[in-house]
Amino acid sequence: MSVEHVTTVSYLPEGMPLPAPMPDGLDAPFWEGTKQHKLLVQRCKTCGSFQFGPEWICHKCRSGELSWVESSGRGKVYAFERVWHPVHKALKERGPYLIVLVELPDAGNVRMVGNLLGDPQQDVKIGDSVEVVWEDHTDVTLVQWQRI
Amino acid sequence: MTDYTIKDKVAIVGIGETRYYKAGQSPVSEFQLALEAIQKAVADAGLQVEDIDGFASYSDDRNDPVRLAAALGVPQIQFSNMHWGGGGGGVAGAVGNAAAAVVAGYAKHVVAFRALAQGQFGRFGQGHAGARVRGPMAYSMPYGLMSPAQMFAMRTQRFMYEHNISQEALCGIALASYKHAQQNPRAIMYGRPLTRESYYNSRWIVEPFHLFDCCLENDGAAAVILTTTERARDLKQKPVYLMAAAQGSGYRQWTAAHNDPDYATSNFKTLAPRLFGMAGITPKDVDVAQVYENFTGGVLMSLVEHGLCSAEEAEAFCTNGNLEWPNGGLPLNTSGGNLAEAYMHGLELVLEGVRQMRGTSTCQVKDAQVCLVAAGPMVAPVSDLLLRN
Repeated sequence: MSVEHVTTVSYLPEGMPLPAPMPDGLDAPFWEGTKQHKLLVQRCKTCGSFQFGPEWICHKCRSGELSWVESSGRGKVYAFERVWHPVHKALKERGPYLIVLVELPDAGNVRMVGNLLGDPQQDVKIGDSVEVVWEDHTDVTLVQWQRI
Repeated sequence: MTDYTIKDKVAIVGIGETRYYKAGQSPVSEFQLALEAIQKAVADAGLQVEDIDGFASYSDDRNDPVRLAAALGVPQIQFSNMHWGGGGGGVAGAVGNAAAAVVAGYAKHVVAFRALAQGQFGRFGQGHAGARVRGPMAYSMPYGLMSPAQMFAMRTQRFMYEHNISQEALCGIALASYKHAQQNPRAIMYGRPLTRESYYNSRWIVEPFHLFDCCLENDGAAAVILTTTERARDLKQKPVYLMAAAQGSGYRQWTAAHNDPDYATSNFKTLAPRLFGMAGITPKDVDVAQVYENFTGGVLMSLVEHGLCSAEEAEAFCTNGNLEWPNGGLPLNTSGGNLAEAYMHGLELVLEGVRQMRGTSTCQVKDAQVCLVAAGPMVAPVSDLLLRN
């Protein structure tokens, strides 16, 4: 049930650090999922708890039997910030940009960080509804957000 | 529980600091700065370097005790300890660990120290330069969430939303620190007062933090020496007693990608009750507070979580000069702290707490008997001290 919104341009300029899976394989399914435009969240097979980022055991019941389930990719803004001061060389001339912390109600309200696409000066309110947008790079796909 | 308390068993007997420099401007190395601060603390206590037998620090201080002890000619190391966790969460933790060693009898005179020369080793407030990032940071860094200001603005925004607190509260905290720095010749911002207007006119770093909501970045070193109450009585300075020390972190704080179940917190909720319980006092007994400011938003939350005011009262508590010496209800960060004295990663706040209890602060609170030192906010673990005279 993924929402099929894909952006062909990067929200932030080229040269920003891109994700790479952990050598121990813990988060490989998550990054494999984003490449296939699926937003996967870890869920305990024993007690049903969700957790993000992934862990080797369930934080609620300590079971090692964990699965990956797909979220609809629809969420709510839990917190946000507008960044003005660049701390990375790729951002030097970028101007302000928006970072949102999005809560996913269909995945135990786990939260994910991303950018809110569109005008960086737009008004953002906690509680605003958003949906996932896939930002494809050569070998990795980022999770971005737009208003609905 | 009473059997385990350190209450009144340990005293801070010496304090020392180098001159504080703007970031990158120290004429000497970080290691030399550490040596200078420790020797000054020893002299302040009326001890000899040979008396020092333990070292404690935090935040991965680069000046390890073996090398310090060799350079100082310390006869033997009986205790060495590094408090885990980044940021300023270990300031009071290092002092508390030193106190624990003294109470346990592991060592007699333990120095807690921090040295920083960011010109030599690079700055805190810069992003990751690599092309790839793994682990928890992979969930935030590619989106431009990479500096401490960016990590903490998000929490602050949520806290202000939950409790309907305006920018005025943050402004009030910054104004108090800058006002106090104008009395303190050690302060980097001595002679550079801040007005409400210049606060609001300063550029945004990341909303809701203006430039003046953010700590400085400096070069320098600071040190304190702890020993038993019995030994402290024979030394040069009026002893400053530890009523309580606490360190720790709440449930799943700093889990990946900002998924802490209790998010809008400075992370003192579990510590503060233990701290006041150990001391046997209440927040009302605190006469003066030194509260670590990585960013003003963390101070706001820390004041609430230590019970110094409620979240509903917080905006009034932080404004109208209430945090300012000499007339405010609770003078805060009376040396100027990390915002305006110097960023010695918060250890300068412990030194200022000791001065308040000795009666020697440049913003001396009249008849002050109890000082809170809260270190961390919004990191994990965080740590606290209660000092008395």
